[in-house]
Amino acid sequence: MSQHYVIVGAGECGARAAMALREQGFAGDVTLVGGESHLPYERPPLSKEGMLAELFAAKTIATAERLAEAGIAFRGGLAVAGIDREGKRLEGADGRVIGYDKLLLATGAAPRRLPGVEGERIVYLRTIEDALRLREALGAGRHLAVIGGGFIGLELAASARLRGAEVTLIEALPRLLSRGVPEAMARQIEARHLAGGVKLVFGDGIAGIASGAESAVVTLASGRRIEADLVLVGIGAVPNVTLAEGAGLAIENGIAVDRHLATGDPDIFAAGDCCSFPLEIYGGRRVRLESWRNAQDQGNLAARNMLGAGEAISSVPWFWSDQYELTLQIAGLSGEGTTVVRRELEDGASILFHLAADGRLVAASGLGVGNAVARDIRLAEMLIGKRARPDVAALGDAGVKLKGLLAAA
Amino acid sequence: MAQWIEACGAGDVDEEDVIRFDHGGRVYAIYRSPEDRYFATDGLCTHEQISLADGLVMDDIIECPKHNGRFNYQTGEAKGAPVCVNLRTYPVKVEDGAVFIEV
Ligand SMILES: Cc1cc2nc3c(=O)[nH]c(=O)nc-3n(C[C@H](O)[C@H](O)[C@H](O)COP(=O)(O)OP(=O)(O)OC[C@H]3O[C@@H](n4cnc5c(N)ncnc54)[C@H](O)[C@@H]3O)c2cc1C
Ligand code: FES
Repeated sequence: MSQHYVIVGAGECGARAAMALREQGFAGDVTLVGGESHLPYERPPLSKEGMLAELFAAKTIATAERLAEAGIAFRGGLAVAGIDREGKRLEGADGRVIGYDKLLLATGAAPRRLPGVEGERIVYLRTIEDALRLREALGAGRHLAVIGGGFIGLELAASARLRGAEVTLIEALPRLLSRGVPEAMARQIEARHLAGGVKLVFGDGIAGIASGAESAVVTLASGRRIEADLVLVGIGAVPNVTLAEGAGLAIENGIAVDRHLATGDPDIFAAGDCCSFPLEIYGGRRVRLESWRNAQDQGNLAARNMLGAGEAISSVPWFWSDQYELTLQIAGLSGEGTTVVRRELEDGASILFHLAADGRLVAASGLGVGNAVARDIRLAEMLIGKRARPDVAALGDAGVKLKGLLAAA
Repeated sequence: MAQWIEACGAGDVDEEDVIRFDHGGRVYAIYRSPEDRYFATDGLCTHEQISLADGLVMDDIIECPKHNGRFNYQTGEAKGAPVCVNLRTYPVKVEDGAVFIEV
């Protein structure tokens, strides 16, 4: 009888995995179950181009035709409520039952909620619906309050300013992007937001938010009150693990998987934003990444391993963010470094290389207009993957091509 | 009507590299392979219309600078997510130290 592989979660990771199963020649049945009713779509534009474009158009990852062509059964708008591991069946929220031979959980993450705060004027950003709601409220004469100086908050602040809205951004810590972005670079981003007219409030917590008919009022710990038309809460994301937890799978800041993306159940894999995994280039440290490329890479890898490839995770973390005309790209985990070397590129772009105490390159963070840093970050990513110990002077000298360093590594 | 256009000097493109060439409202990318052969494709990534000239050439692959989408620049073929639409390629000839493409 034909094998049935089921993927729960039709986001970046799940959609990629489904396509990859076919690319790998899997001839059995493939079902892609999505809790959202939309075809799989890209989330990054929701805070960027999607906010700025005249008309909002979701960027579909796989069209209905492509899915059909690949023989992938897409079940949108169906939340899976439970997994019967013994019977190898999924229970849909609507009572429907789907049997599986192998299962991939690609359930992603959901915005972290601000406890005790509810109301019409408080929004989170993860889905098309969230984005449409926010778009309506951006524009000249409107005031947006953003809670949280992470990527989602900053990208949205930039988009809102570009559309003419007033923006006040509140960050509890003394600086922006304290998770994962080196301070020097975060300061450059801060300066760009100030120049762009964003009002920044640092080191103040949220005491409460009153969401009324006309506006919302954010009261800060210091007692300061900020009135806004809409409040975007961007304080991070939490992995969607309820389903896995209910099935008795191990949870460790996400669904815990091994180096092959397998859970403790040999027929269940997990990948993307929802899982934590050992990252070998950093000594097997367990991490969970919320990044688009990671979701793609792991979708591909999960598909291969569901088919028995037994390949270990080997990719280097990679992330990008667009704010105004600037693009930030980061390869590796900068927190793993002890030494920083700066490379100045043309037009104010720069790269910070992070090296461990033993001289190994562990991360590179680049910031510049457009794609000024892209090539060097990509090469740095490969150097990191090779566990290279490049010469510090060469890293700092823009005249030395990284491609040469890679060839020598 | 197809016509040959001078895009750049042969020495303008480093070995295993790519440059941008704008002509007639279109953007092209001109490549020099590690074996010193020249190729031309449309210059914008089919994922988000980003200039490929900021990308990285490795062997017969151009990697887009934005999200690392990959194409074979000799055939234009998209090599996996996030790109799925191939690039158009154009005939190239080198004469008197100049690179011409047929557009
Ligand atoms: C606004 C925004 C901007 C971003 N920008 C960037 C960026 O610039 N760069 C970058 O690297 N990354 C960015 N990201 C992160 C990137 O989009 C995510 O890392 C990526 O989407 C993760 O993919 P995923 O498939 O693991 O999860 P998701 O995309 O979250 O998909 C998971 C899907 O599973 C569904 N699901 C969950 N539980 C169930 C269930 N029980 N039954 C059925 N379906 C279920 C969910 O509804 C969801 O559709 C951004 C994210 C957001 C929200
Ligand atoms: S724009 Fe080229 S891969 Fe996205």
